[in-house]
Parts: sequence; C-alpha cells; structure tokens
Amino acid sequence: MKKYLALLLACLMAVSLFTGCGSSGTTETTAAAAANETAAAGETAAADDTAAAPAIKIGLTGPLTGANSEYGLAVRGGMEIAVAEINALGGLQIEFKAEDDEADGSDKAVSAYNTLKDWGMQIFAGAVTTGSSLAIAAETVNDQIFMLTPSASAVDVAMTGSNVYQMCFTDPNQGASAAELMAEKWPDATIGVIYDSSDAYSTGIRDGFLAKAEELGLNVAVSDASFTADNKADLSTQVTQCKDAGCDLVFLPFYYTEAAQILTYANTIGYKPTFFGCDGMDGILNVEGFDTALAEGLVLMTPFDANATDDATVSFVEQFKANNDGKVPNQFAADGYDVIYALYNACVAAGIDGNTPADEACALLQEQFATMSVDGLTGTGMTWDENGMISKAPAAMVVTDGVYVPMG
Amino acid sequence: MQIIQYLINGISIGAVYAIIALGYTMVYGIAKMLNFAHGDVIMVGAYISFCVTNYLGLPSAVSVVAAVVVCTVLGITIEGLAYKPLRGTPGLAVLITAIGVSYFLQNAAQLIWSSSPKNFTSIVTMDPISLMDGQLVITGEVLLTVCVSVAVMVGLTFFTSKTRTGKAMRAVSEDRDAAQLMGINVNRTISTTFAIGSALAAIAGVLLCSTVPTLMPTTGSMPGIRAFTAAVFGGIGSIPGAMLGGVLLGIIETFSKAYLSTQFSDAIVFSVLIIILLVKPAGLLGKQVQEKV
Repeated sequence: MKKYLALLLACLMAVSLFTGCGSSGTTETTAAAAANETAAAGETAAADDTAAAPAIKIGLTGPLTGANSEYGLAVRGGMEIAVAEINALGGLQIEFKAEDDEADGSDKAVSAYNTLKDWGMQIFAGAVTTGSSLAIAAETVNDQIFMLTPSASAVDVAMTGSNVYQMCFTDPNQGASAAELMAEKWPDATIGVIYDSSDAYSTGIRDGFLAKAEELGLNVAVSDASFTADNKADLSTQVTQCKDAGCDLVFLPFYYTEAAQILTYANTIGYKPTFFGCDGMDGILNVEGFDTALAEGLVLMTPFDANATDDATVSFVEQFKANNDGKVPNQFAADGYDVIYALYNACVAAGIDGNTPADEACALLQEQFATMSVDGLTGTGMTWDENGMISKAPAAMVVTDGVYVPMG
Repeated sequence: MQIIQYLINGISIGAVYAIIALGYTMVYGIAKMLNFAHGDVIMVGAYISFCVTNYLGLPSAVSVVAAVVVCTVLGITIEGLAYKPLRGTPGLAVLITAIGVSYFLQNAAQLIWSSSPKNFTSIVTMDPISLMDGQLVITGEVLLTVCVSVAVMVGLTFFTSKTRTGKAMRAVSEDRDAAQLMGINVNRTISTTFAIGSALAAIAGVLLCSTVPTLMPTTGSMPGIRAFTAAVFGGIGSIPGAMLGGVLLGIIETFSKAYLSTQFSDAIVFSVLIIILLVKPAGLLGKQVQEKV
C-alpha cells in the first residue's frame, strides 16, 4: 500500500515538474533543425527548404512560467507572429527559440542564455524583464552577441555595453514625459505618486518623474507612498494617503495588476481623482472580471493601442488572438513583434545570414542601428542613440467607454 | 479621523490574515505540521468561487459553498496522498512535502487558469457606510470579514472544547500515542482537521479576494506567509491567538505604512514580531510547553 502511495507521489512530483517546463517545451518546434553543425546534421538539414540560405538564429529568454509569465508569453507570442510573417515572405529565413528564465536575475537567466548559445544563437532578442536582462547583458558583452531587448526598460541595461539596445522607453524618460504631459494638461493639479519600491521599473519612472516635476514646478503632495512585492496584498493605506492629502491626480507608475486593485479600492471608498498610468498599465481593460467602468477617465502612456485601425495593427491583433485563445495582445507583444522586424531589416541591409558568425553580426548590426530608422507597431521613425536607447514619441490614451482614445 | 480610517483598514486586512491564520493554527496544533500549502488552497478556493460566479453565472452564495466543498475534498486528498504516508517520519520530510504541494498547486493553477490576473468580483453587494461626510468609509467587506472571522473563531473554540471529535483532536494534539491507546482513530482525526482547515481556506480565499480583488496563481502565497507569521505571533496552536495575531499584524502593518514609512513597513512589522517573541517565546497567547528530557 505504502509503495503505491510512494509511486503516486512520485507521479505527482513528475507532473508538477512538467507544468514547470511545459510551455518552454512547446517552443522547441524547431529543435530538429537546431542540431549542431556536424556533417550529419548538415545532411538532414539539407532536406529542409531552408537549406539554400541558412536561417538566422534569434533567441529570446523570458518568464514563460511563474508569476511573471504574462509578460514572457506576450513577447514570445508577438515574436512568433513576426517570424512566421517573415519566413512566409521567402528570402531571409529566421529560426526562433525561446527559453524560460522565470524572470530570475541570476543563474536561471544566464543558464537559459547559455542554452541558446549552445543552440547556435546569433542574435539575442531578450530578455523580457530588467533583472534577467541585466544578468544576460554582461554575458553578451563578453560574447559580443548583439542584444535588442523588447521590454527591459532600465537605463542600466542599455548602459551595460555598446552591443545592447532597447525597444521600449527607458524608465526615467518615461517618467519625465509623464511630468511634461501633466504640466501641459493639469498644471494646477495636486499630484500623488504611488510606486513599487521593490521594482526597478517603477522606481526608475518615479525618480525620472519627480526630477522633472520639480523642474516644472508641479505640486506633488504625496511622493513616497510605496509598496513592495511582498506587501502589495493591501494597498488601501497608500490610496488613503493620497485621498487625505487632497490629491486630484494620482500617478501610478507600475503594472496593471496592482493598478486594478487600486482602482477598485478607490471606487469602493468613493475617491475619484484622475489616475495616470504608464505603459505597464496597458492590459488593464482585458483583466478578466474587471469592471472597465472603474477605469473610465484613466490616462495612460503607451506606445501601442490594440484598438487602432491601421492595417498593421489589425492584422497583428487578429493573428495574436488566433494563436493565443482569443487573448488581446498588449504592448509587450507589440514590442516583441517590432524587435524581430527591426532585426530583420537590419540583417537584410547588412547582408547578415545564418553563416555570419555572431560577433561579426554584432558589429554589423551596431553599424545599422546607429543610422537606421524603423516603423513598427509601437511607433514610426524609431531611432536609437549611441547608448542603445530608443527614441519614439509616447502616445497618451484616455479610457473612454471602455476603450483607449488618443488624448487630444 | 484619519487614524480611525487607518485602524479600519488595518482591521480589514488583519481579519483576513486571522482567518488564514486560524487554518494554519488548527493544522499545526493537531497534526503538528506546518502546512505551507495552506496559502495555495486559499488561491484554489478563490478561483473556484470566481469560476462559479463568472462562468456558470450562479449567485455568489452558491460559489462560496462550491469553493468550500472543492477545497475540503482537495485538503483531504492532499493529506491522504502527500502527508499520511510520511506520518512518523521526521518533521522535516513533511515540511518539504508541503512546500512541494504548494508548488504543485501553483503550477497546476497556472496551467488551468493561466498566469494572467483575474479581477475577483466582491461577494459583498452592500454599499460602503460613509461617516463624517465621507471622511470615514467602512466597506461591507470589512464588516463581513470581521464578523466571519469572529464567528469562525468562536465556532472553532466551541468545537474543540465541546464536541466529541473536537475533544479527540485535542487528545491527539496533546499526546498522539496515548490518544491512540485510548481508542481514538488518529488518522481519521487528522484528516478531519485537514478538512476543516481547507474549508476555512476556501472561506478565507473568498474574503481575501473580496478585499483585494487581484486573483493570480500566486495570490495565496504572500498572505499565507503573513498569516503564518500572525499565527506564530499569537501563539501557534492557539485559536484565539491566531485571531489576535492576525488583527494585530494587520493594524501594525497599516499604521507603520501610514505614519512611519511605507518602505520600511515590513521591517517594522517583523521587528515587533521579533521583540514579542523574545519576551514571550510561545507567542502572545501560546502555551509554554515544558520539554521533558
């Protein structure tokens, strides 16, 4: 009897192990083609239609499981669409592989990166989160592998090396643009800031915002209402602080998960200031069970609007929904999509293909990124500065009747 | 006026900690094990309630009953499959297994419900009571949570001191071998404890998510750990202690956020905990057990 129970237990543990890596397993659809460059493998690959010009190997690491998998899965979904579109064009082919780093800033991220290197990755299109990106960026500098992160927005990431580029805004820049927008639209508002002090993204935006707000002479009444990843279960105190200080504009530089909580609580106690969010707020309208009426009037700065009616966005949203059980893509997915296209354009322009060694590709891509301009889902005419930070216009949206409307 | 509002906020989250802590303390007091999967049973309870109201369109009362039933069955199953075979082994083995069960539940929830957050619709439909021209707001959730946690505490105290099964539980808690010799079915008593603990977890899950609406596979883990702290604070194994510990923890947390520093609130909460445990090692209401050599 005991033996059966032990067996059952073993099975349970095994199943739980599978749940851990299930999603990363599914990405290895191209694993057969990923065999090494041995003669035998070359023979089998020859049977493939990509044999004429070997595909470029682009790798991604991101949280595909765990608490932050929302972001990793979105980026991966966006990238897969871009890869499929590009490969359908014929011409230069891309082989794409995603590895799970669980948004871990240490060994897990680096080992995921090493797995991709063993696979023969030429260009690194990650990582999704700042912590992992910082750990991996140092490695890419040593290896001279070009890195373009879709969503790691800390300044430190881009500053790690000349081969590291960002697709999203840096945090302080985003905070500064938020302050500029407020100075323009609500010059007399009493402003409250709630932020996540355990998160580099949130703290970076808040610091950039406060510096700019002081410069512009904005009235910031509450600037230190913070929470951490460990105590965010209850955010009522922070909301009460803003309410007591008479804030009529509350800046929420963090992700929509916590923002949904704040909007709900503020509504319960009848506190109705203008809430102002950043790109991490994107996605709040798609939270299952969230009453979108609570977000009415919410202002957010996001480079991507899933409701936009231009052809590129419409087609992207349709494909993403079809691949992801009807889920609406957020900004992370759009950033991922743009990363693949930016890399593809640069590779075509520089004549990089599957035979180019990673370090050569890195040097060529740096030349390209210094001068090129990209149009994508998250902006038009996007360029990069010498540090690898992107320059694109932030767009402010207001939630009106449950959809984003560009702010006038 | 402000101070009273913070007090109400503190009691609100504290009462949720208290209900979770009651589950911890029951299982620890009787089975002498730390069930670290308790927080994740809470999460499952909240998901069940969410699904029943949002997908099946049934009233919230039905969803609570469904959550309690599913969690009770889940609790008994976990106990039977994961903990019972380890009875009699060193405590560490069970502890590690409990952590394993916790991971299993989180990952299973992620497979079933995905990692994207869901917004739990509060089961309370009452409008908040507004006093002093809206300076003071008492939400229906606060009232419900406080009432339920007091009721649960009184109910559990009555159950363990007056009923036959409750007495058997206390006997098992005091001396497992002696209880067995007296003809008490230890295995069944411990299973019953898990059933009660898990039913409490389901109620706690619904109340937690009514107060804090974000529902994710990791929703239960942090409140679970806080509630465990609260149980230790109040004296683990003591039913009124869990209640007191939970409410105090919530109040200290809210006040340190409001008046001292939001950044250091955790440091302050845990410093208070350490000081109290230095003065009273068994917790506020815990019994000092003499170790016989």
